[in-house]
Amino acid sequence: MNAPVVFEGIGASPKRKEDLRFLSGRGNYTDDINRPDQTYAVMLRSPHAHAAIRGIDTAAAAAMPGVVAIYTGAEMVVGSLPCGWLIHNKDGSPMNEPGHPPLAQGKVRHVGDIVAVVIAETRPQARDAAEAIAVDYEVLGAATSMAAALAPGAPLLHEGAPGNVCYDWHIGDLAVNQAAFAQAKHVVHFELVNNRLIPNAMEPRAAIGDYDRTTDQHTLYTTSQNPHVIRLLMGAFVLQIPEHKLRVVAPDVGGGFGSKIFHYAEEAIVTWAAARINRPIKWTADRTESFMSDAHGRDHVTKAKLALAADGKFLGLHVSTTANMGAYLSTFATSVPTYLSATLLAGVYTTPTIYAEVKAVFTNTVPVDAYRGAGRPEATFLLERLVDIAAKQTGIDKLELRRRNFIPADAFPYQTPVALQYDSGDYQSTLAQALKTADWDGFEARRKAAAAQGKLRGIGISTYIEACGIAPSAVAGALGARAGLYEVGAIRVHPTGSVSVLTGTHSHGQGHETTLAQLVTDRFGIPLSQVDIVHGDTDRVPFGMGTYGSRSLAVGGSAMVKAMDKIVLKARRIAAHLMEASVDDVEFDRGTFRVAGTDKTKAWGEIALTAYVPHNYPIEEIEPGLDETAFYDPKNFTYPGGCHICEVEIDPDTGAIEVINFTAVDDVGRVINPMIVEGQVQGGIAQGIGQALLETCSYDADGQLLSGSFMDYTMPRADDVGTLSVATHETLCTHNPLGVKGCGEVGAIGSPPAVINAVVDALRDYGVTHVEMPATPAKLWHIINSGRQLAAE
Amino acid sequence: MPQVTLTVNGKSHTVEVEARTLLVELLREKLRLTGTHVGCDTSQCGACVVQMNGDSVKSCTTLALQAEGATVTTIEGLAKADGTLHPMQEAFREYHALQCGFCTPGMVMSAIDLVEKHPQGLSEHEIREGLEGNLCRCTGYHNIVKAIGAAQEVMHGRSATLAPAHAAE
Repeated sequence: MNAPVVFEGIGASPKRKEDLRFLSGRGNYTDDINRPDQTYAVMLRSPHAHAAIRGIDTAAAAAMPGVVAIYTGAEMVVGSLPCGWLIHNKDGSPMNEPGHPPLAQGKVRHVGDIVAVVIAETRPQARDAAEAIAVDYEVLGAATSMAAALAPGAPLLHEGAPGNVCYDWHIGDLAVNQAAFAQAKHVVHFELVNNRLIPNAMEPRAAIGDYDRTTDQHTLYTTSQNPHVIRLLMGAFVLQIPEHKLRVVAPDVGGGFGSKIFHYAEEAIVTWAAARINRPIKWTADRTESFMSDAHGRDHVTKAKLALAADGKFLGLHVSTTANMGAYLSTFATSVPTYLSATLLAGVYTTPTIYAEVKAVFTNTVPVDAYRGAGRPEATFLLERLVDIAAKQTGIDKLELRRRNFIPADAFPYQTPVALQYDSGDYQSTLAQALKTADWDGFEARRKAAAAQGKLRGIGISTYIEACGIAPSAVAGALGARAGLYEVGAIRVHPTGSVSVLTGTHSHGQGHETTLAQLVTDRFGIPLSQVDIVHGDTDRVPFGMGTYGSRSLAVGGSAMVKAMDKIVLKARRIAAHLMEASVDDVEFDRGTFRVAGTDKTKAWGEIALTAYVPHNYPIEEIEPGLDETAFYDPKNFTYPGGCHICEVEIDPDTGAIEVINFTAVDDVGRVINPMIVEGQVQGGIAQGIGQALLETCSYDADGQLLSGSFMDYTMPRADDVGTLSVATHETLCTHNPLGVKGCGEVGAIGSPPAVINAVVDALRDYGVTHVEMPATPAKLWHIINSGRQLAAE
Repeated sequence: MPQVTLTVNGKSHTVEVEARTLLVELLREKLRLTGTHVGCDTSQCGACVVQMNGDSVKSCTTLALQAEGATVTTIEGLAKADGTLHPMQEAFREYHALQCGFCTPGMVMSAIDLVEKHPQGLSEHEIREGLEGNLCRCTGYHNIVKAIGAAQEVMHGRSATLAPAHAAE
């Protein structure tokens, strides 16, 4: 086989292998799957935020046409949906960890909590029957906000969590931190809310339970980012199904953004019930259910103070956060405000002492968990707003203040005071490149031109870092993770030389079928069309940990490199035999084995065929076949960083705001497919603009979800997001074989503070130091209008 | 149960439906044309958009019985029999205008209607406003807008071939 004519390896942007099926309507999403003799499930959900269940009368519903079975918590008594990360309190005691039954046991704790499942021949029949179930609720007082949940005499959600507190955790040396503040010339205070978001992947969650009584084999098709994790959690903790009897398939998945990491009640319910009725059961959320059952994101309330010396050097940072867990602990909820956020509070700066404390609180709301960025957007927003406020308070230019405090490019590896050791980065360069692209120096002229048109124009900047490529298992374990976080790559070279890769990562929009295949093309020298990526099926792929925390390439790709190393070594031994040379003399470069310094060569395909047709073969020394598996456990997190600059224009008469320019220069390490990286960053920025300007989850005091549909929750649309200028500046990750860092979350992490800094800049004549997200036209209009009144008075 | 007769992607079907059955349910569950998706229940997201009698419609908000006698085209019916893609499909691929693919069928169907209804051509601003009824959570719309801009040149015969993505940027 010859090397590809068009280069499709590392650094090329071939069109995506997955696109043809998606563009032709041939995707295979969970709800597209239909099993023979399938039934349909509808979940009956609580309309109350907090209520005791006095009784459930299912008799009328059970008698309705097509109803196959109805189950409540009385029948489904199984294990609790587990939490995967144990956090300890300041005093060393473990967090409070109340149970989370898939079907409510005597009490409901949020609107959307599942009370019963109705299974019928058709979905409309199941829906009709669900409406005929009579539930006798004794409505209890609800604690919707964290303030309400922490107030004396607040309604108690869980017996095992006094005061509705999950944990009260901290990191850092408080005495050292206090000493730094005592030395400070300036102390800058800042309080903020990081608004609660609803992820809203476009594909609603779905699950199909299937069971074969003759083999005792359970199958779950589900909208998951990590099918092996679901198999482990559901099999071992909830339903007690041994793994060899449980197959989990996550086929094409229509977006995740974190919300499809977690093990959800519906997965356990359909798997459990399918075995009871011995028929397949399909459940598909409608969007209303998604709003009230997909884990939400963010929802932190934070008080922070920054100590600065006279020259603007940061001396210390102190951060107190309360974090909303919702009604139950979702799979990774507890790690988000702690080890995924507080550990990022150094940002790109040399702050010598950082103390952070986090109180996690139960409320009568949907559980909150990781959402694109997970903890790092919260840390970044806090820091990058705080630096702007500090610049204003000290009178030091905001760029100069950042530059004075940047970790220098020659200071890596850099140990922060909050556990992490950054391996590489070059913040001055990403800043310089972004300032140039955004024409920062020309802004004042643009501001004047806008003012002449009656518009308020502002510019904002964010220089950020994040930690991803999750994660070194031992480190994560020491911090409370209850699982390992390695990844698997199995490479099967077929007899004619084509390749199947089995990866434990999962693609739900990221384009792994292309990017991961490019790694193989680059190494083996075979065309991209000769490589297929297999993922999302626990029966086909060895145990892997899935896709989240921008880990697929850094961890999953590195596992593939290790497996390819093994294959190349074995193939060289086979080639050495065929060419009657010493293996040490056989070189391999993109498809060709050569005896060094000679014209003796063997092609990739010849070696592959020989491995499977071992007629002339050193069978005593080498096994037949060319099929290797490797597991890779990363040595450190990866640390993408960069600079985002946003320019906005506000119409003072209406408060309407427009993103005029958005510039991102991100260091995501080595770029495998620039086209895909750009797309990932653009999508992340749109979500960041969404958080900053449009989106927020809103509950009333009784715990009713006010933003419960796309009519009420403002998703970014095409005319809300302008043209996005995205570029990369590479410094290589030093500890993984590809030098990659991860690009999935940087857009959502770096952008919100850039947008709000721009908003505050635009409003600089109106005496505001901060605008809470989302900065909606109504909020802006009120600020401008009250400012005008002040001016008039 | 009432019957509905309609033509979908050139093929005639007569199907029994409940009065409340939606067009999207007919397509997905009766005809097994699962390329058309359901992303919401308030007619906001546009994942379900198909073409009916020459107009784009949200098939989640259309009763199956309203499609009596109608000619419907879904994403499955766009490519030619030999597999040649519609220029809009080709443009989405060329410009990386899709990621998870879930909104894509509705986005493509809406985009085709938008372009067909504006033979004079659409500016970037008009394309963005024209996509008001379609949500995408993955792409940030940037590449979708570019793809539609390139596809309209081919669809209106102003260009024989699609402008390649990087030359356009």
